[in-house]
Amino acid sequence: MAARRVMSRNAAGRLVPKKINGHTHPLFKGVGAIVPRGKKAAPPVRSCAQYPDDGNKLVKDLRKALTLAGLRSGMTVSTHHHLRNGDVLTNHLFDVIHSMGVRNIRWFPSASFPCHEHLVRYLSDGTIHHIEGSMNGPLGRFVSGGGMRGEGVLRSHGTRYQAIQDGEVHVDIAVIAAPAADVFGNASGVEGPSACGPLGFALADSLYADRVIVVTDNLVPFPCIPWAIQGNNVDYVVSVPTLGDPAKIVSGTTVLTRSPDRQLIAEYAARFVESVGIMKDNFSFQAGAGGTSLAFVLRLKEKMKERGIKARFVRGGSTVYLVDMLKEGLTEYILDGQAFDQAGVRSMRDDPRHVPTSPFTSYNYHGKGNFASMVDVAVLGATEVDLNYNANVVTHSDGMLLHGIGGWQDCLFSKCAILAIPSFRDRIPVIVDRVTTLCGPGELVDVVVTERGIAINPLRDDLMAAAKGSGLPLKSLEEIQAEVLRLCGGPPSPAPVDTNRVVAAVKWVDGTLLDTVYGVGG
Amino acid sequence: MNRASAGRRDSRSDCLVEVEARTKGGIVVELASKVKSLYGSDITGLAVSVLEALGVPHARVTIQDEGALPFVLAARLESAVRRIQPSLSKEYLPDPARQLFSPPGKEHLRRSRLYLPGNQPKFFPNAGLHRPDCVILDLEDSVHPDEKDAARLLVRNALRVVDFGYAERMVRINQGREGITDLHCLVPVMPDTVVVPKCESAEQIIEVDREIQRIRREVKISREILILPIIESALGIHNAYEVASASKRICALAIGLEDYTADIGAERTVQGRESLYARQALVNAAKAAGVQALDSVFSDVDDVEGLAESCREARAFGFDGKGCIHPRQIRIIHQAFAPTGKDIAWAQQVTLAFEAAQKSKMAVVAVGSRMIDPPVVRRAQRDLALAVASGVVPSNWRADITLQSAPMDSETVLPEGE
Repeated sequence: MAARRVMSRNAAGRLVPKKINGHTHPLFKGVGAIVPRGKKAAPPVRSCAQYPDDGNKLVKDLRKALTLAGLRSGMTVSTHHHLRNGDVLTNHLFDVIHSMGVRNIRWFPSASFPCHEHLVRYLSDGTIHHIEGSMNGPLGRFVSGGGMRGEGVLRSHGTRYQAIQDGEVHVDIAVIAAPAADVFGNASGVEGPSACGPLGFALADSLYADRVIVVTDNLVPFPCIPWAIQGNNVDYVVSVPTLGDPAKIVSGTTVLTRSPDRQLIAEYAARFVESVGIMKDNFSFQAGAGGTSLAFVLRLKEKMKERGIKARFVRGGSTVYLVDMLKEGLTEYILDGQAFDQAGVRSMRDDPRHVPTSPFTSYNYHGKGNFASMVDVAVLGATEVDLNYNANVVTHSDGMLLHGIGGWQDCLFSKCAILAIPSFRDRIPVIVDRVTTLCGPGELVDVVVTERGIAINPLRDDLMAAAKGSGLPLKSLEEIQAEVLRLCGGPPSPAPVDTNRVVAAVKWVDGTLLDTVYGVGG
Repeated sequence: MNRASAGRRDSRSDCLVEVEARTKGGIVVELASKVKSLYGSDITGLAVSVLEALGVPHARVTIQDEGALPFVLAARLESAVRRIQPSLSKEYLPDPARQLFSPPGKEHLRRSRLYLPGNQPKFFPNAGLHRPDCVILDLEDSVHPDEKDAARLLVRNALRVVDFGYAERMVRINQGREGITDLHCLVPVMPDTVVVPKCESAEQIIEVDREIQRIRREVKISREILILPIIESALGIHNAYEVASASKRICALAIGLEDYTADIGAERTVQGRESLYARQALVNAAKAAGVQALDSVFSDVDDVEGLAESCREARAFGFDGKGCIHPRQIRIIHQAFAPTGKDIAWAQQVTLAFEAAQKSKMAVVAVGSRMIDPPVVRRAQRDLALAVASGVVPSNWRADITLQSAPMDSETVLPEGE
């Protein structure tokens, strides 16, 4: 690892490395400042003549498929995260890669989960050179500690699609876990023991990778309907006993918070959405699957029922709470990128109004528009916010990398982006003078809702005016911060990061470098 | 004994502190904390300050911290030192974080009173944000007998540091001697109200009141401290009026049904028929003494409809409020205690008529063809205050309402029985 790095200052005032893993990347120039040129990347030309006429692409096992796909050291291998924390396949995949003696793989997941702690050994021994994708929990901790050979790249779901289309990331081999598939490679996420809902996070990989391997634990006769992944893009099909642990594929995050303070935050967020007039007939919203977001959905639903208001569409991740709204006629559609629980999976399978989406439809920077910016209000989390509404979602105040970006950056483009967050966690203030890592430029964060009050970004004077007289506890971020600092005993010491050690970079949605994640500790 | 510990490990927002007094070597702090890299030096510095302030120059201090706020750390450190030296006269008071609101006064709304277990710090900092009318920092039943000393210091520090917003800050003391010790620790930090459990006689109140007044004079506090007796026994109900009129600082009588039903040998039911007499007797005694009547806590946090029904019944009985153990109950209680549209319309008319009469220096208040007595005016004003506090009427309601000069339709507007 280089001892001294050449760093440049970007338009957000952040120092970012000149090169990551030896490659140069453009610097962040401001929101909407980049106008892309040239052509999109494309996969190699293939011919049906090269594939069996009977459509049967089944091979013996994953090792055989990887061999046929031409796996070599230094390649990029991608996976998707629809199996969430129940994913067994990815760990198995790297066991196989390791056993083949292949090294220095760039792993390009759409996200990682704590279940992938198993891969720390392959990061340590060099089977995996580095991760480009979220580094959650144990993987993040490992990366923060400086254990990864290469440097991580953090991208949002939309930016991942953008990076593939730009050719910035060329996927050599895509390995797609499929809860149902036929021998031709058509794959679905809504059937089978490992059913997970949509498979949209594997869409770009299936279209752009050199070789595509579909792995299923539920081989069905052709045709596998409905196909989320088209067999026409697939090279090989592998059947395995199991893809994952169903109990962990769809559960875990969808627990409604019992914390009275989180419930209060949700209540304020819902009242805000109602008071400023966002909640009206045919509106739309998106909220995640965290406890506060779920509580928000429930409160908003009560308010919609009281006032007889119906949404045109809501954006998933779907949960039983959104599904109930669909069933009760409180929304006409769910546009859903991932299902967080069984109710979401079943609804997507059975109800044509519950529509699977992908990062292409929802988030992609190189799309001719995307859904995220059309959503009336998005309720999101954050680890830190500064007084200019700049926000962090990947590191904690102690510098540790613990979360991925997910669709967070993309959702900031909604008409009203609300961060619903506690004002402090375990004595650590959430409103800070300077975020540890910049993930979202403050101009896109419209409202910060905490249990101590609601702060509206001064750039949104329309929201300021609309919220006047609402009886809501409107405060400035400075006021909330002052209250919290009084309680917490003043500001904390700066994060103990080593600015000589770059461990990862954060990309903005246009592919530019927004900020740097540094190593923590000695 | 030269070593003692205080606080709890593995409990969010708390810490386990162990102090070992030594004869030399200064103060040595060993810290394990989830916020060590951010607040480690603050925590170590605080430990040294507390021990020095308490006159302990040499000690080994071990802290296992789960993100405790400074007022919690200070209370735990002081508890550990006091367990080594029980007769210690010095204390470590954290800087008061804000100015106190003016005392809420006897007429303060007490629809909801939120119980906070006195030895569980994680509930303190945000309790006021849920807008209960009162918070009760409890030293009695929710605190283990071995932890009374620690809870006392934690509550003392909380009363100095934590902003409970609009809530009346109540402390429920223990019975007997322990309760008097509670007063000595807490009266100097000025709770708004002292809650006295298991009251059965006027003497109990007189003793507590006398002690409060003595301490107030001693530490020179001009601020009045109110008293809220809880009646929890058959004898208490029998003497309820005597208790309620034992001191002019009594603001309300509360009933504790868990102990009461056990005392009369009945089982507590959701319907509450076994306590019908007690509740009605308590309301009557309180109102006879000119103070508020407060109903027992509703302990099933998940039963939203049951709570609302229980509150509606309490309101119908003449109770002014309900106890609660979870912040999510507060909103439901406030809704249930809010006056209804019919009552509000009447109260607005009475209030406007009263104000008009005051303006023209008329002694007689009339709404339409009806003469209004002073108690009716008071009740109308109270209902309106409740309606405004509950958010069902805007505070500037006068802008939208005019006094009707024509006789009002007595069928629809006049409340029954008046």
